[in-house]
Amino acid sequence: MTKIGYFPGCSLHGLSREYEESLKAIVAGLDTELVEVDDWSCCGASSAHGTSHLLAVTLPARNLAIAESQGLPEVLAPCAACYARLASARHEIEGDTDLAGHVNRILVRDFKNTVKVRSILEVLKGQVATIKAKATNPLKDLKVACYYGCLLVRPVEVTGGYDDPEDPSSMEDICKAAGAVPVKWNRRLDCCGGGMSMSRTGSVVRLSAAILKDAKAAGADAVVVACPMCHSNLDFRQKAMQQRGAWEGDMPVLFLTQVVGLSMGIDPKTLGMGRHFVSTNSVMARTAGTGSGAGTGTNKATAVAGEVG
Amino acid sequence: MGSHEHSRNHSGPEPLAARVQRMTGLNPACCYQCGKCSAGCPMAAETTLRPHDVMRLVARDRLDKLADADGLWLCLTCETCTSRCPNGCDPARTMDALREIFATGKDGKPPKAISAFHKSFLAQVRAHGRLFEMGLIMSYKLGGGPMFADVTTTPSVLARGKLGLAPHNVKGLDEVRRIFDACAAVAAEEEGR
Repeated sequence: MTKIGYFPGCSLHGLSREYEESLKAIVAGLDTELVEVDDWSCCGASSAHGTSHLLAVTLPARNLAIAESQGLPEVLAPCAACYARLASARHEIEGDTDLAGHVNRILVRDFKNTVKVRSILEVLKGQVATIKAKATNPLKDLKVACYYGCLLVRPVEVTGGYDDPEDPSSMEDICKAAGAVPVKWNRRLDCCGGGMSMSRTGSVVRLSAAILKDAKAAGADAVVVACPMCHSNLDFRQKAMQQRGAWEGDMPVLFLTQVVGLSMGIDPKTLGMGRHFVSTNSVMARTAGTGSGAGTGTNKATAVAGEVG
Repeated sequence: MGSHEHSRNHSGPEPLAARVQRMTGLNPACCYQCGKCSAGCPMAAETTLRPHDVMRLVARDRLDKLADADGLWLCLTCETCTSRCPNGCDPARTMDALREIFATGKDGKPPKAISAFHKSFLAQVRAHGRLFEMGLIMSYKLGGGPMFADVTTTPSVLARGKLGLAPHNVKGLDEVRRIFDACAAVAAEEEGR
């Protein structure tokens, strides 16, 4: 059993709770135990770094310091924004002794900045062989558009270069291990509009609709994401895109952890598949082995899929 | 990299390029205007100033031109510009430094909705230690965000169990507030420069 520190972040306990539900559902099968950072607090997200650089470093540093005191050598931050803020803080403190001293004086902690920050792609990439071995229900009829967005693979100074910032492959590799078929498409690294869902919805509609159209043109049945903001913009905002005439159709948007979970035959309800705004029933139909709410029995699930199809 | 604590001997307002360099540790004049940042910028279609324009105006100390620039506030921090800059100029970090200057100072004009969102977001984190999404929505609308936007979609979010009705307060709330207060004190000191 591998133990890894776990920083859920605010979204995984709120708007993107299916991300946490599906993550927790798959880690047992991957022989991994998540050790939550005690009494973690918000990383500051997109609001802190545009307001105060010191705040944007010190808020994540509190969490890294707690993880360090728990003896955790590394922390998984599944939310791409939390990952970027935690990894950036670690990177900046490492390269700036003045800043490190200042942060420690504010925190009143003896923080040595020893904790490595891992993205979900980095962690699952290291588990590709296990995912493949556990894929009792490989998603062989599901064409997926792997969407990285901005913060999972860049800038490389912050990520440490676990994947290529312009031509990444880790998400495709993970989806392939789950049996799904990644399509080739163009907009997998384009920004969806990030944290401007509420404050500038028009920009989010423009950017996210372009992403969905490209995925559709490439023949994808679903878009796969690993970020709560990407999910919210691409799933929840599809209605706004339709209302504003920017997008027609319904594109299911799945968390990467849900794709892995479905391939393991985990009950869709446990994976939070019912929490999406755009129905995931078409995905269930295509994945053949799993039916909506039909438990993990392959035969029964196939029957459900057959009815839908 | 520039420290927040270094005192500076000066006889007039600190020139913008020097100030940004002190904050970021990077010399804005290193930008040679290749435009690669702007070519990849997702918001370049909506902004009057593109990333390479911003870099040039910083290097030329044009605080006046930048104060009116929507580009600073519309920047999504996708980091495409920073990733692709061939000379390590870090436009995304520069945008952050400018927002910090204009957010604390009196010169900048952040769009009302965006400013209200960030203020509401940070107020929630200061109050609870974590983001309370329902609190954010309420406070954002009362603080200058569009009052009736998402009124019809919010019930569907609730129906999916995605919005908590009560905040969770972290135990280390004193520490979180100490962080906010210390950073506010640094910002006040910076504003006095």
